[in-house]
Amino acid sequence: MKQRQGTGSTGFGRRNITGGAAGWVWLAIIIIPLYYVVITSFKDQQAFFASNPLLPSTSPTLDNYQLVLENDFLRYFSNSVIVTVGAVIPAVLVSFMAAYALVRGSGRLLGGINQLLLLGLAIPLQATIIPIYWGITRLYLYDTLLALILPSIAFAVPVSVLILANFLRDVPNELFESMRLDGCSDWSMMWRLAFPLIRPAIATIAVYNALNVWNGFLFPLILTQSSDNRVLPLSLWAFQGEFSINAPAILAAVVLSVIPLVVLYMIGRRQLVAGLTAGFSK
Amino acid sequence: MSISTASPRTPSAHKAGGAPPGRRKTLRHGPSAWLTAPALVFFFLFAVLPLGGVFVLSFMHWDGIGQITWAGFANWASVLTDPLTGNSLWITLKVILLSCAVQIPVSLLLGVFTAGQQRYRAVLAVLYFIPLLLSNAAVAIMFMALLDPNFGMSAAIPIPLLSQDWLGNPDLALGVVIFVLSWSHIPFHILVYQGGARQIPASLYEAAQIDGASKVQQFFAITLPQLKYTFITSTTLMVVGTLTYFDLIFVLTGGGPGNATSVLALRMYLEGFRGNDMGAASALGVILAVFGLALALLLQRLGGKNRQASQMEGA
Repeated sequence: MKQRQGTGSTGFGRRNITGGAAGWVWLAIIIIPLYYVVITSFKDQQAFFASNPLLPSTSPTLDNYQLVLENDFLRYFSNSVIVTVGAVIPAVLVSFMAAYALVRGSGRLLGGINQLLLLGLAIPLQATIIPIYWGITRLYLYDTLLALILPSIAFAVPVSVLILANFLRDVPNELFESMRLDGCSDWSMMWRLAFPLIRPAIATIAVYNALNVWNGFLFPLILTQSSDNRVLPLSLWAFQGEFSINAPAILAAVVLSVIPLVVLYMIGRRQLVAGLTAGFSK
Repeated sequence: MSISTASPRTPSAHKAGGAPPGRRKTLRHGPSAWLTAPALVFFFLFAVLPLGGVFVLSFMHWDGIGQITWAGFANWASVLTDPLTGNSLWITLKVILLSCAVQIPVSLLLGVFTAGQQRYRAVLAVLYFIPLLLSNAAVAIMFMALLDPNFGMSAAIPIPLLSQDWLGNPDLALGVVIFVLSWSHIPFHILVYQGGARQIPASLYEAAQIDGASKVQQFFAITLPQLKYTFITSTTLMVVGTLTYFDLIFVLTGGGPGNATSVLALRMYLEGFRGNDMGAASALGVILAVFGLALALLLQRLGGKNRQASQMEGA
């Protein structure tokens, strides 16, 4: 698998032919569908039916984007922003506090909590949705954005605690001890020492959870109903029903829904990828 | 990966912060367990309690709106005798096995490959990430358009073998689901393997080189064994993720044609929220939860017991 013809190099193959070929094939598999979506979203209906699907339109149009934006797209967008921000900030804060206690503290109680949260990673979200639906209706939160925020926080906790704990464990004990000798409480050590030190991990967790919440489909499908409380992924599904024959418009909605994430990704790419690879492979 | 890093990490997670014996009491005193309370409140209310709740509801009659009444084993009897349950279990199993068979080798190969140093690999790794930005709904809609027999790829490529009604043919639809699932998930697992591969100490390869091991031998003797725990993390995520995969299939095929792609999670949604039978759906939910927990534990066992539990479920 690793056929390497380089001379005396160390580490990973300089020339990895199998990997290299597979790498380019995979790239094509990823890019072609994305390319198709983007070029089709600029075609009018007529060009869509008449032209070759894989060739860009000779007379590109923005009509599809206009149609989507006129159909409450900005409302769905802002709903998505509210739900994402509303879920991610509390999720990161409570997970950080828990991870700090689990790494810095000791005792059987914390050990048990650690095990419980780890087990939580294996709880299938889907299996719990009916009781969540029951609880949300009983709390009179059905068809509100808060109904999406609360369970999203809960399901972000286990993985966030795990990754943050992995990073907190790498903070040298001496730093904590010297602050302790200066009379610092755990509360202030947590926020003044640990939090700034693992800020990269905090950012990773925030982006990872934001991605999950932003793209979530199941909670919005089951816990909301009116178009006032619709979020982006659900709006794509609704567009699919409404514009069923206008494929270019649906694909324009797909493009619009991804743009904010692409922008975020371009800003925080290094941070995100480095944090994710470290967080999951530690 | 604890095995490959040299950091002096204590084996037990929650004791890592404890000061060595003999220190003053103020030093030994750790943070209060109360700091975990806010996280636990959310986790209990919206994950643990619902997990118990789904078990309770599986013994109840409930249409989703009206009164909840005792049902005894009626839901279980109907779910366990319904041929659709067995069908959805079988399809779920097929989706899990086949998508792992596709995803594991591709992610492993490309993860190890992108862990290398060349510049264009870094560029590839950037592009590989893009599918992670798309929601499952977006991925499903994109492939619906792409696979449309009249206006999608088929119209562009005049090869009869490729011009099929991919989503309308029961024999092909499951394969399409597995392909689309892999399309959107492999990028994440490439990242995981990349991280794992980067942590393998270069000294191992140097030593192997001095001993005259070929590249292929190095891959099988060093890279693969060193990635054992990465493999477990990645595969656990893959299996539990695939088991509960719902939105992509829901939008892409709706479980059809017929019931050809009706996985357990989708069956549960249809039973509960379309069929207004929350009791039967809860019974399916219990099966789903048991399935998920059992698979996670099984994979953890495969990983060996001496390893810290977190690594596996790290997952």
